[in-house]
Amino acid sequence: MQELLSGQNLACERDDRLLFSELSFSLSCGDVLQIAGPNGTGKTTLLRMLAGLLPDYEGEICFKGQPVLEDPERFRENLLYIGHHPGIKLNLTPEENLRWYQALYRPASAEQIHYALARVKLTGYEDVPCYTLSAGQHRRVALARLFLHPAPLWILDEPFTAIDQGGVKEIEQLLADHARQGGGVILTTHHNLSLPAELKVITLGQSRQQKESFHEKDSQLNTEQVTEQDPFTVDQRGEHD
Amino acid sequence: MTDSSVGQISTWRAFTGTLKRDLLLVFRRRSDIVNPLLFFSIAVTLFPLGISPEPEFLSNIAAGVLWVCALLATLLSLDSLFQQDMADGSLEQLVISPHPLFILVLSKVLVHWLVTGLPLTLLAPLLAVMMFLPDEGFGTLFITLLLGTPTLSLIGAIGAALTVGLRKTGVLLTLLILPLYIPILIFGTGAVMATSNGMAVGGHLAILGAMFLIALVMAPLAAGAALKISLNG
Repeated sequence: MQELLSGQNLACERDDRLLFSELSFSLSCGDVLQIAGPNGTGKTTLLRMLAGLLPDYEGEICFKGQPVLEDPERFRENLLYIGHHPGIKLNLTPEENLRWYQALYRPASAEQIHYALARVKLTGYEDVPCYTLSAGQHRRVALARLFLHPAPLWILDEPFTAIDQGGVKEIEQLLADHARQGGGVILTTHHNLSLPAELKVITLGQSRQQKESFHEKDSQLNTEQVTEQDPFTVDQRGEHD
Repeated sequence: MTDSSVGQISTWRAFTGTLKRDLLLVFRRRSDIVNPLLFFSIAVTLFPLGISPEPEFLSNIAAGVLWVCALLATLLSLDSLFQQDMADGSLEQLVISPHPLFILVLSKVLVHWLVTGLPLTLLAPLLAVMMFLPDEGFGTLFITLLLGTPTLSLIGAIGAALTVGLRKTGVLLTLLILPLYIPILIFGTGAVMATSNGMAVGGHLAILGAMFLIALVMAPLAAGAALKISLNG
């Protein structure tokens, strides 16, 4: 499979705290990559870094083998990023919100937007201001972009926040479909993903925890130093194909 | 799913799309337009009441008062330029969209001018009547504001972009931006005073125009870079 996105020796420091270092990964077409780890271990930071929102990072991020910084426009055309905040204007209707997103990317007809909203169970809410909708529905408006924007690479930060169980299943199905069609997905979530395809997992901050318990026994060891050595693990959970 | 299907991305459409969205947002929250205008009218009205209603005295200070109040009204409205977008996450989406950021910043600044600078410019001649501005000064006042208020919006966008990531902007935005506003104020009022005294204003207007053009070229780039820094914080 062709390589979609890869990171080499990524490191990030925030407020003098090293979140992760020497992080390398590779995402091929057809992969779903979950960034796991406890709160505060840098999951969102890593996603923002991959999406190009943190300009000063260490290491190298390549899109289809080419460093992202060499041609950021090409990378951004191929990226759909839904961040921690859904990016929904409360004073606009779901349809108007999506129309703006499509103006930034590819224009969509009213039918396409209605279809996307129907897929996220928002039929009948097309013309109501978003401030009357619930948090879960805001998230659904943002997720409707997945049906409108044909980018191969999806980076989703906590896409299941405030989404009900049925909705989570549908989105999992959508992610699996996207991967099967040759796309790549990177997401963070605390849900146990049940995907038919293979799921790659990067766990951030895992070794730190292990070392921290060790640290209790040996108080001379500095946790900050320990994280620099091996702050991540990659395991492949082969959940049949 | 392929690179070719995204070939229809158009920066012009992104510009007009952002323009339409922001105008629609302002239309839904009309207080955003009314506030600077109300401030402008009230502040100007207070001068005759507070200092002196003498026509000779007022006509002397008219140009300065109108320009200072227009400048402060613009300054007050700058806070909200990027704040909402930052809070709801659509600023991130602007930054990672496949378009030059300065184009999208320019579209946001244009909306800001359309809803503050332009109404201020249109309202100013009315208030100038109250301030006994000499008849010859009206045309110049209108032209200087027409050239000056977009410059105020453009330069203000840099400050707004730099401070949008801070939890409390407070007085910082004013401190950053006010020194840059002073040349515009000097040449704006200078031009109106010069016409009132029967002198040529070509030089003043040329400098105001030059400042507008420099701001038009440089400010969106600077504000775009500042937004990237603010998002990083």
